Amino acid sequence: MRPLGTTKTQTRMSNSTLLFIIAGIIFVLMYGFALISYPGSFMQFQTFFDLFNFNAALFIVTLGLCVVMIGGGIDISVGAVCGLVTMACAMLLESGTGGIWSALLLALGIGLAFGLMHGFLIAYLEIQPFIITLAGMFLAQGLLTTLHREPLNVTQPAFVALRNFTIEIPWLGTVNRRGIFIPCEIKPGVLVVVVLVILYAVLMKWSRFGRSVYAVGGDRESARMLGINVKKTIFLSYVICGLTAGISGFVFLMTTGAGNIGNGSLFEMKAIAANVMGGILLNGGVGNLLGAPIGTMTLLTINELIRAAGVQSNLQAIVSGLLLYLFIVLQSIIIALRTSKRFTLALPSWLKFQRTHD
Amino acid sequence: MKSDVILKMEGICKSFPGVRALHNVDFTLKKGEIHALMGENGAGKSTLIKIITGVYQKDAGQIYLEGKPVHFRSPQDAQNMGIGAVFQEIALCPNLTVAENIFIGRGRDNFVNWKKMNAKAAEMLDSLGIPASPTQELASCSIAVQQMIAIARAVDMDCKILILDEPTSSLDEDEVQKLFGLMRQLKDRGVGIIFITHFIDQVYEISDRITVLRNGELVGEYQASALPQIELIAKMMGKALSDVSAIKKQAARKSDDSVPVFEARGLTSAAGVRPFDFTIEKGEVNGFAGLLGSGRSESVRAIFAADKVTGGEVKVNGKRVKIRSPLDAMRQGIGYLPEDRKGDGIIEELSVRDNIILALQVLKGFFRPLSRKQAEELAEEFIEKLDIKAPSTNTPIKSLSGGNQQKVILARWLITQPTYLILDEPTRGIDVGTKVEIQKLVLKLAEAGMSLTFISSEIDEMLRVCSRLIVMKDREIVGELTGTDLTEQDVMHMIAQGGK
Repeated sequence: MRPLGTTKTQTRMSNSTLLFIIAGIIFVLMYGFALISYPGSFMQFQTFFDLFNFNAALFIVTLGLCVVMIGGGIDISVGAVCGLVTMACAMLLESGTGGIWSALLLALGIGLAFGLMHGFLIAYLEIQPFIITLAGMFLAQGLLTTLHREPLNVTQPAFVALRNFTIEIPWLGTVNRRGIFIPCEIKPGVLVVVVLVILYAVLMKWSRFGRSVYAVGGDRESARMLGINVKKTIFLSYVICGLTAGISGFVFLMTTGAGNIGNGSLFEMKAIAANVMGGILLNGGVGNLLGAPIGTMTLLTINELIRAAGVQSNLQAIVSGLLLYLFIVLQSIIIALRTSKRFTLALPSWLKFQRTHD
Repeated sequence: MKSDVILKMEGICKSFPGVRALHNVDFTLKKGEIHALMGENGAGKSTLIKIITGVYQKDAGQIYLEGKPVHFRSPQDAQNMGIGAVFQEIALCPNLTVAENIFIGRGRDNFVNWKKMNAKAAEMLDSLGIPASPTQELASCSIAVQQMIAIARAVDMDCKILILDEPTSSLDEDEVQKLFGLMRQLKDRGVGIIFITHFIDQVYEISDRITVLRNGELVGEYQASALPQIELIAKMMGKALSDVSAIKKQAARKSDDSVPVFEARGLTSAAGVRPFDFTIEKGEVNGFAGLLGSGRSESVRAIFAADKVTGGEVKVNGKRVKIRSPLDAMRQGIGYLPEDRKGDGIIEELSVRDNIILALQVLKGFFRPLSRKQAEELAEEFIEKLDIKAPSTNTPIKSLSGGNQQKVILARWLITQPTYLILDEPTRGIDVGTKVEIQKLVLKLAEAGMSLTFISSEIDEMLRVCSRLIVMKDREIVGELTGTDLTEQDVMHMIAQGGK
C-alpha cells in the first residue's frame, strides 16, 4: 500500500543538519552580496566585528530562545526582561550601593526569576507558553517603566571602564586614508557571546538535558514513553532562557552604558526571526544550536545592507518580515519533501489554524 | 511445563464507571511463545494490555510474573519488571537518530558518548537484522523499521514479555514478513510475545496459541493449530456455529428502477482500502460485514469522501460526478453518520437545535442562515418524530444520553432529505430499546424510497436490517450475500475462506 516499503541503510542527512547548512549558505550568500554591493564598508573586518560588538545582547537572547524553541516552546518575554535588567542594573550602579559584581548578580537574579516562573507555569501547570510569556513580557515592561522613565547613564567609574574596555586584534585591521593602521576592536560582550555559544552547543549536543530537549520538541508524548522527564526538561529550558535573557541585559548595558525604556524592545521578535533564519523550526525538535548565531548574523547583515542602501529604516522591518514568511514556508516545504508527507506548515499546533478532520 | 509460564493472570476484573471492561479473565503466557489475543471491539483486549503494562490498575485478580505475585503500579514499574510494549502508534522521537531512540531516557549518564552509543546500537541492529544505521534520523526509516527499532529498544531493556499491539496495521506485505522474522528470532531467545491484530491470516501465520475475549470475558484459550479459522471467527462474534437462529428475512428489494442511486467503480481512498465496486438501488438497505479493521468503515468513508479519495469513479443516479469532499457528497444527496460519534459527529457544546440544523445549514451555505423560527420548528419536528428525549431544543447535546445523541445526528441527516444515507455503527453503545427503534426507522426510511448502507459489529443486527451484505476481509471485498444466502453461518464462512 505504501510506496516506501523499501528500507535503506545509507545514512541521510538529518533535518537539523540540512537546515543548518542551508542557513549557513544563505548567510554566506547574503554577506557576499553585501561585499559586492558595498565593498567600502563590508570589506572592512571591523564592520563584521561590529555586528557582534553592537548586537552582542541580541545574540545572547537568541541563544536562550533557541533552547526553548528546540523544545517546541516559545518565550516572547526575553526582550522585555533584557530591557528591565539594563534599567535595574543601571539604577543599582548609579545608586552607589552596588558594584559591577552585584549588578551582574542582579541581572542573573531577574532573569532566573522570570525563567523559574515561566518554566513552572508552562511545564507543571501546562499553560500555553505564548500566553504565559506574553504576561511575562507585560510584567517586565511595566516594571521597567515603573523603575525609571528617563534614560539613565551609568557614571560609576568601574563600570565606565568596563564599558570602554576593548580588545584590539593587532594583526587584523585596516589602514585609513592617512596611512595609519587601525587594529580591529572587539568588546568584552563578544567574548560572552562566544563562551555561551560554545557552552550551549555542547549542552545541546552532548548533555542528557540537551538531547531530552530535542526529544520533547520532536514528540512530547513519545518522549514521555521513552522515559524522559518531559516536565522537568521543559521547565529547565525556560529557566535557561530566562537566565540567558538576564545575561543579555547585562551585556546590553555593557555595550550602551545606559538604562533606557527602549532597551531590548522587539528583541523577542528579532530573536525568533533570527532563529528561524538559522534553521530552527518553530514546531520544535529540529535545529542546530549554532544556527542561532548564524541566523542572527543573517538578520543583522540584511539590516546593515538596507542601512547602507540609505533607504528608510522602516524598510528593515518590512524586509525582515517578508523574509520571515519566506523562511517559514521554505522550511515547511523542505520538511514536507523529506518526510514525503502531505505539506503542512512547520508550526506548533497552537500556532496553526485547526485543520478539519480528513 | 509449569516453569515455562512467565506470565499468569487469574481472575482479572476491571470496571469503569458504567462499564464492566473485564470480568474474571485468565491469561497465561509461556516462555518463547507467540500468543495472539483476539476479540472484537470492546472485547477487553486493550484493557487487559493496559493492566499488564501498568497503565490501569486491576480491580481484582492476581498477576504472577515467573511464579511470583506482582503488582504494577505504573508503566515504569511494568517496564522495570521486564514488560515491553510496542503500540501501533510508534512511541519514538522522529527527529532523533536511531541510536538515540534506542538509548535515550535510560541510564544515569549526564553526557552522551555518541561513539559508544552508536557502536552499541550498530551491534544490536546487526544482531537483530534490522536494516537501519544508528546515525540516521528515525524519520528516514520506514514504518516497519521504526516498529522494529521500538522492539529493539524493548528487547535491550531485558524484556521477558513483549506486547505488540496492532503492529502490522500500517505495514505492507513485505514489511510484515520482516517484522515476523524479528518476532520469530525473539521467540527463539525465549521472549514471550503477546500479539494483537485484526488480520486473521497473520494470527495463523505466526501464533502458537490464541486467547479469545468477548465482552470483557474469557471465551477460551486454544492452540492455533487446533482452532479452524471459522471457529475463531464464531468465537469472536459470539455465535456457535450450530446455533444459527431463524431470522425473519425481509423480501429482497427488487430493482424496478434500472439506474442505481449510487454506483462506484474501483473506488479507493488514502485510508488504505483496496479498490472496490459498489452499487446501491433505490430503497435498498445493504451493509458492509466483516470484522473490525476489515475495511468496512474505510469503504463507506471513501464513498462519502471523508478520507481522501485516491482513485475510482462515481455515478449518482447514472450521472458521473466528482466527489472530493464530504460537502460534495452532501450536495449529491449522500449523508453519512460516522462511527465515532464523539470525534466526528456531534459538536458537544452546541445545543440540540444547532446540532440538528448543522448539516442543512452547511448545505445552504452560511450566508443564507436559517431563521431562528425555522430552526426551532425543524428541530421540534424531528425531536418529536424520532422521539428524542431532550428537556428543550436549547439543551447542550453533551448532556444527552448516547442513544439520544445518536438520534440527534440521525435527525441532522434526515433534515437534509438525503437520497442515500450511510450509517456506520449507529447503534454502538446505546441501549437495546433505542437500538430497535433505530433499526425500525432504517426499514421505514427504505420503504419511503431512501437507500441506506448500514454497518454494525453485531452481525444479527445487520441480518435483520440489510437485504444485501457485502463481506470484507483485510480491506478487500471478498463476496456478497443476498436473499436466502443471508445467514450468519454464510457470513462467517465467507470471512474465514476469503470468499472462495
